Amino acid sequence: MKLAVCIYEGPYNHEASDTAYNFLQSAIKKGHEIKGIFFYHDGVYNVTKLMEPPQDDRHIANRWSALGATGIDIVVCIAAAKRRGIVDDVLVPNVRISGLGQLTMMAIEADRLVVFGD
Amino acid sequence: MAEEIKKIMFTVRKPPHGSIYVYEGLEVKLIMAAYDADISVVFMDDGVFAVKQGQDTKALGIKGFAATYGALVDYEISQVYVDRKSMEDRGMTEDDLLVIGEDEDTEEPIKPQVIDSDEIAAMMAEQHNILAF
Repeated sequence: MKLAVCIYEGPYNHEASDTAYNFLQSAIKKGHEIKGIFFYHDGVYNVTKLMEPPQDDRHIANRWSALGATGIDIVVCIAAAKRRGIVDDVLVPNVRISGLGQLTMMAIEADRLVVFGD
Repeated sequence: MAEEIKKIMFTVRKPPHGSIYVYEGLEVKLIMAAYDADISVVFMDDGVFAVKQGQDTKALGIKGFAATYGALVDYEISQVYVDRKSMEDRGMTEDDLLVIGEDEDTEEPIKPQVIDSDEIAAMMAEQHNILAF
């Protein structure tokens, strides 16, 4: 199945980002095709390299970056990002800033768009 | 390219103020309406407050976005529905709903259509994808 994922919540404060990540890992293992991952609302905070969690905790931004390195398209909404001070300079590698048109294409092209939020 | 037009539904379940979900959700609707997709919007649960007329956000110190709903039809979003039970549970009637545009020919005001939960469920079953805000 072709899947796309949209994440609404920021890191650590909510579980949405972790759940989405675990969902994606399982989906990939089962052989599903991932059409893209889209960060919206406070979700844009998930991929800033400025975060520095304690060393014995998971590094959420690096985790997303590693997933992006496998070739999965990870997109941060530009409108949501601008509002929250997230710009290209603070992003981890392998993610990109783009518009809601990207979410639209994911919603059209994927068999299932799975939203993770509160 | 004979691809079928995909049906995409937006559900609005959260209240319009107190968080940004509904406002940013509106921005998504306006963008998606410009693409080749069959867009519908359903207001339910506390989301029905978003289409209540006479909202005044001045005291909150925020701009408010209810006026944009008045242009939904202009943005070619005309399949706009309100869950009857959610509306009635909150003491609202159809008269409380804001206008989302006007009929091109008759210039009659258009309001969201109030429908029952089973009709919403039937529509949901037909969707390609659903986005909740």
